[in-house]
Amino acid sequence: MRLTGFYVFAAVVALLPVLFPNNYFVTVIGASAGLHVILAVGLNLLIGYAGQISLGHAAFFGLGAYASAILTTRFAWPGLLAMAAGLLMTGLIAWLLARPILRLRGHYLAMATLGFGIIIHVILVQATRWTGGPDGLAGIPPLNLLGWSVDGDTQWYGVIMAAMLLAIWLALNIVDSRIGRALRAVRSSEFAARMMGVDTARAKTQVFVISALFAAFAGSLFAHQQAFVSPDSFNLTISVELVTMVVLGGMASTFGAACGAIALTLLHQGLVVFEDYEMLIHGALLMAVMIFMPQGLFVGLSQWVRRVWALAASHRRIS
Amino acid sequence: MPEQIFQFLVTGITVGSLYALVGLGFALIYNASDVVNFAQGEFVMLGAMSAIALLNAGLPLPLAALVATLATIGVGLLLERFAIEPAAGAPVVATIIITIGAAIFLRGVALLLWGKDFHSLPAFSGDAPLHLGSATLLPQSLWVLGGAVLLVTLVHAFLNHTLLGKALLACSFNRAAAQLVGINVRVMLRLAYGLSAGLGAIAGILIAPITFSSYEAGIMLGLKGFSAAIVGGIGNPMGAVAGGLLLGVLEALGAGLISSGYKDAIAFLFVLMVLFFEPTGLFGHKAAERV
Repeated sequence: MRLTGFYVFAAVVALLPVLFPNNYFVTVIGASAGLHVILAVGLNLLIGYAGQISLGHAAFFGLGAYASAILTTRFAWPGLLAMAAGLLMTGLIAWLLARPILRLRGHYLAMATLGFGIIIHVILVQATRWTGGPDGLAGIPPLNLLGWSVDGDTQWYGVIMAAMLLAIWLALNIVDSRIGRALRAVRSSEFAARMMGVDTARAKTQVFVISALFAAFAGSLFAHQQAFVSPDSFNLTISVELVTMVVLGGMASTFGAACGAIALTLLHQGLVVFEDYEMLIHGALLMAVMIFMPQGLFVGLSQWVRRVWALAASHRRIS
Repeated sequence: MPEQIFQFLVTGITVGSLYALVGLGFALIYNASDVVNFAQGEFVMLGAMSAIALLNAGLPLPLAALVATLATIGVGLLLERFAIEPAAGAPVVATIIITIGAAIFLRGVALLLWGKDFHSLPAFSGDAPLHLGSATLLPQSLWVLGGAVLLVTLVHAFLNHTLLGKALLACSFNRAAAQLVGINVRVMLRLAYGLSAGLGAIAGILIAPITFSSYEAGIMLGLKGFSAAIVGGIGNPMGAVAGGLLLGVLEALGAGLISSGYKDAIAFLFVLMVLFFEPTGLFGHKAAERV
C-alpha cells in the first residue's frame, strides 16, 4: 500500500517508450527529466525533510560527473569503477563538510552552501589541466554495464529510468526509516528533537551525505549519457533550479519533488520557443508558488483534491 | 613588490567600497524584516542599466542617474509590497526562495529590455589615470570611494541621529515592541527596502564606467554584498561596511598575489572560514538563541 504510488509511477515510465517508440520527447527529454528527478528527490531529503537549505547542490552533481569524466578519459578506468570512486569521493567531501556547515542555520547555511558551490565551480573552470577548463571534457566513453555498452537514446532512457526508480525507492524507504523520523523531528524543532534524545548532528550529517550521493550518482550518469561535461552544467543557476524543483513539487514529499523535477524539465522545453521570456517566467513562478502555495504545487493540489473528495463524500452520506 | 601591494590595496578598497554599499543594503533589509534579500545585486544592475539607457535616450548624466535611482527605489518598494509583505511570517527557506525568484525575475526583465550585451557609462570626470605614489588610480575610483563614504556617513547619521532612523533600528531589535510604542512597522519595512534599493542603484551607477554592466552583472555583486554582511555580522550595518572593505582588499590581494582566476574562490573560502570559526561574523554581537 505504501508503495502504490511507486508502482504506478514505474508502470507509466515503462509504458511510455512502448506507446511512443523512438519518440524524441520520451527518450531524450524523459532521460533528462529522470536525472533531474534523482537530483530533486535527493535534495528534497535535505530541504524538505530535514529543513536545511542547500544552494550549492550542483557542486555534488558536478563532482560526480567530473570524477567519471576524468577517470574514464584520462586514466581509462571502467565506467562503473569510476562511478564508484566518484561516489566515494563526493561522499567523503560531503561528510567532511557536513559537521561545520550544518551547525549553521538559515541564512548562514544558505551562504555557506552557496560559497561551497561557487568554489567548486571556480575550480572546475580554473583547473584546466584536469578538467579541461571552460571548454569542458569531451570523449567520455559509453557506460559499460557488465559487458553491455549503453548506447542510443532508448537504451539510455531505460538505464536512467531504472536509476531514477531506484532513487525514488531508496528515498521512500529512507523517509520511513529511523533517520527519516529523526529528520522530521529536526525540521519541526531541532531543540525538541535533541531533548528527545535524537542525535541531531548525526542525523543531519547522514542526510547531507545521502543527498550528495544522489547528486553524484546523477552526475556520473549524466557525464556518460552526454559524453561531454563542462562547468556550465554545474553552476549556481543549476543549484537554484534544483531548489526550484523541490519547492515547486512540494517539500517533504518524494513524489512532489519528482513531479517538480519533471514539470520544470518540461517547462524548459516548452519555453525554448520563448527563450527571452524563460527567466522572467521562472522567477515569477518561484515567487508565486512560494507566496501562494508554500507547501508546493503538487502537494497543494493533491491536498485540495483530497478536500474536495472528502467534501463530496460527506455530501453523499448526508443525502 | 611593496609598490604592487599598494596598487592591489587601492583596487581592493575601490571594489570593497562597492561591496560595502551592497552589504549595507543587505543589513538594512535584514534588520527591518529578517529577510536576506537575494535581489540586492539586481538593484545594482538595474541602477546601472537604466542610467545607461536613459543617457542613451538623451538625458544628461546627472538627471539620468537621478531618474535611474528613483526608478530602482520604486522597484524596491514594489518588491516589498508584492513579494515580501504577502509572505510575512514564512520560514527562512521560503523567504530565501522568494527573493531568489525576484532576482531571477528582475534579471529576466532586464534581459527583455536591454538584451544580452554589455553596456557602459562614460567616466564622470575623464579617463586620465591619476598617480598616487607608485599606484595608478582612475578618477572614477575616487567617485566610487567618495560616494561610498558619503552614503555610509549619511546612513549612519540617519540611523543614529534621526527619529525615523531610530525607529528603523527599533524594529530590528524587536518588531512587536516597536509596534507597541507606536512605530508603524509596515512603513519602516518600505523605508528599508526603498533605502536599500537606492543604495544599490547608486553603487551600480558609480561603478558602471569601470566594470561595464549587463543583465547578469548583479549576481556576483549581490553575493559579494551578502558575504560582506555575513562577514560583518548580519544585521550590523557598519559591520557590513567593514566586511565589504575587507572582502574587497582580500580579493584584490588574492587576485594579484595568487591567481586572478581563483579570486572568487578565495573570497568565498574566506567567508566559509569566517562562518565555520566565527559564525556570528567578525563584528557581530554574540546572541543567545531563543527556543
